Amino acid sequence: MTTAAVTADGRRTKAKPATMAQALGRALRDSMAEDPTVHVLGEDVGTLGGVFRITDGLAKEFGDDRCTDTPLAEAGILGAAVGMAMYGLRPVVEMQFDAFAYPAFEQLMSHVAKMRNRTGGAMPLPITVRVPYGGGIGGVEHHSDSSEAYYMATPGLHVVTPATVDDAYGLLRESIASDDPVIFLEPKRLYWSKADWSPEAPAPVEPIGRAVVRRSGRSATLITYGPSLPVCLEAAEAAVAEGWELEVVDLRSLVPFDDETVVASVRRTGRAVVVHESPGFGGPGGEIAARITERCFHHLEAPVLRVAGFDIPYPPPMLERHHLPGVDRVLDAVARLQWEADS
Amino acid sequence: MTVQELPGAAAYRPTPPPAWKPITDPAPLLPDPEPYRVLGTDAVADVDPELLLRLHAELVRGRRYNAQATALTKQGRLAVYPSSTGQEACEIAAALVLEERDWLFPSYRDTLAAVARGLDPVEALTLLRGDRHTGYDPREHRIAPLCTPLATQLPHAVGLAHAARLKGDDVVALAMVGDGGTSEGDFHEALNFAAVWKAPVVFFVQNNGFAISVPLAKQTAAPSLAHKAVGYGMPGRLVDGNDAAAVHQVLSEAVARARRGEGPTLVEAVTYRMEAHTNADDATRYRVDSEVEAWKAHDPVRLLERELTGRGLLDDEGLEQAKEAAERMAAALRDRMNADPELAPMDLFTHVYAEQTSQLREQAAALRAELDAEQDHDEQDAEAGR
Ligand SMILES: Cc1ncc(C[n+]2csc(CCOP(=O)(O)OP(=O)(O)O)c2C)c(N)n1
Repeated sequence: MTTAAVTADGRRTKAKPATMAQALGRALRDSMAEDPTVHVLGEDVGTLGGVFRITDGLAKEFGDDRCTDTPLAEAGILGAAVGMAMYGLRPVVEMQFDAFAYPAFEQLMSHVAKMRNRTGGAMPLPITVRVPYGGGIGGVEHHSDSSEAYYMATPGLHVVTPATVDDAYGLLRESIASDDPVIFLEPKRLYWSKADWSPEAPAPVEPIGRAVVRRSGRSATLITYGPSLPVCLEAAEAAVAEGWELEVVDLRSLVPFDDETVVASVRRTGRAVVVHESPGFGGPGGEIAARITERCFHHLEAPVLRVAGFDIPYPPPMLERHHLPGVDRVLDAVARLQWEADS
Repeated sequence: MTVQELPGAAAYRPTPPPAWKPITDPAPLLPDPEPYRVLGTDAVADVDPELLLRLHAELVRGRRYNAQATALTKQGRLAVYPSSTGQEACEIAAALVLEERDWLFPSYRDTLAAVARGLDPVEALTLLRGDRHTGYDPREHRIAPLCTPLATQLPHAVGLAHAARLKGDDVVALAMVGDGGTSEGDFHEALNFAAVWKAPVVFFVQNNGFAISVPLAKQTAAPSLAHKAVGYGMPGRLVDGNDAAAVHQVLSEAVARARRGEGPTLVEAVTYRMEAHTNADDATRYRVDSEVEAWKAHDPVRLLERELTGRGLLDDEGLEQAKEAAERMAAALRDRMNADPELAPMDLFTHVYAEQTSQLREQAAALRAELDAEQDHDEQDAEAGR
């Protein structure tokens, strides 16, 4: 199905099916076209267009100086981006894969996250770090990590992750425009997910820091983000047969965290399950469950549950389906929310 | 046994590899084995006496600054101070070779370079006093924040220099690092990026013999730190780090080269850390007095003084003037550092993000309430005459 969208100057354009990857690429392109200080750098981002082709065509359109193939060194890439930002550019760094961003952690923790603070606000760093993350694409070892908890635990960084094509475009545009560093986590397994989308008239999206209720319901709230959103939506659909109306909240932004939307939803439903694929121990779900408990204790009919990846190094691809939280595991958790109390 | 002798190998001719030649001729990149010197050699005749006098005045002030700052640690006015006594020639030359538009990327030991570049001495010490991390606006002075994690400021210098060149600005970045710091990954990544990008950067290593307690021989097996440049495709230069004129000249050439668009240079200054790593360190555990004594004979201030007085460029009166100027600076520093800094606890939340998150707003409100309660308490105590 294609729907019509209206551009700013009133033209009606056809929204056509587009992938998240295309929307991300378009966001980079539009940001670069609008703002000459936006520079893309990373491994293979130029001629090849990135291993996921997100940066395809940028070097051709804007030149090697704006979309730069760097030497193979993540700390060097991010460190150079810091210097570029110090001189007034807006670097967008591509980390090739989640686990290959780790060499850059020192730059991230010690400089990117802290420069505004260290300099008393004199030197903000408008850097966007794009990290393809998570599993589900059959990647071999070191290509499937969910590293969001590390970033979330580092004050000074924004951490966002889109789950829809609209958000991929809108959130990336906003991240690049932000005066603060943003860790932009791209769920690899949603790169090829499609939706009707018009590059000429992209749908406006909520700003960074706002969560969105993707499906309303009264029985319980599923709180999730990025790669697990489709899983939760599917679970909510399947739950209808059980007579459960599940509300699904897409966080979109892990830092800042939208307490308001989450709390309002859980107070309405009285029950909550947090779903993500990164390991549960020390993972985002623990923090989210604690926040909910602190704010909604008297509204809760059941303990807040977590459905997460196992606490194991990401498994070999032939076993990953056993590790990744799927619809059944989500529904199991929902079932454990003591439904008798309701009836 | 040759190839032909192998059974059945009569017809075998190995295919030569496709033609390959080195990207860069390494010979011109190699440092001279002896550190370059100017003072006490014929080369000094070419140096502007005005420059020598300026270097001298700055060296004397720098030496006094180090002594004063160390004294302030004993009075509890500074949490810690890594002295650069013995290394003043490096510090001063680094500051003086740069134009105003250029950028300096100092490490935690390079307060003196920042001050010699014109930074307010008290603002330069906020990190070490513990009241603020960076007490100055880096853009205003074109001095990056004093950097504590070793070598991490080097890729920043590369990125900044690269950005400046992309913007068409004639700006050079000079980045300082210690001998220990050259073992860090960021050092290597920064050199490689700079060489590939031909970024206008000068990497300036102060080889002062030790990384806290670890001597150079345990840090590297390279012939010299300057030799490391060759592998990245940039020239390496060795200079006597106690010879202010030589350091100034070598750094000037490297800066000029960068400005001409010819890319980065690695300069290693061979010097010595006369004091402990910081006031908190005990240097007697890892080095012997005789070594320190030997280096005293090669003191950077004394070297320059000998040159200047020997050539009649500086007399007792001139020496006295330099000393007095240094004393005035020290007295002013002492006075200003003896005033307690005014700290605003609510600032803890101000500069984490451009806009506070709701989480930070909540935490700020909680601290505000604590502070108000504290103040109420104090006022009640005061009323009750306690
Ligand atoms: C990444 C990192 N590791 C360890 C330290 C702790 N540390 C502070 S100074 C120092 C020695 C540095 O020696 P060198 O680079 O030679 O500089 P110098 O102190 O001699 O000027 C060490 C290990 C640090 N600051 N950063």
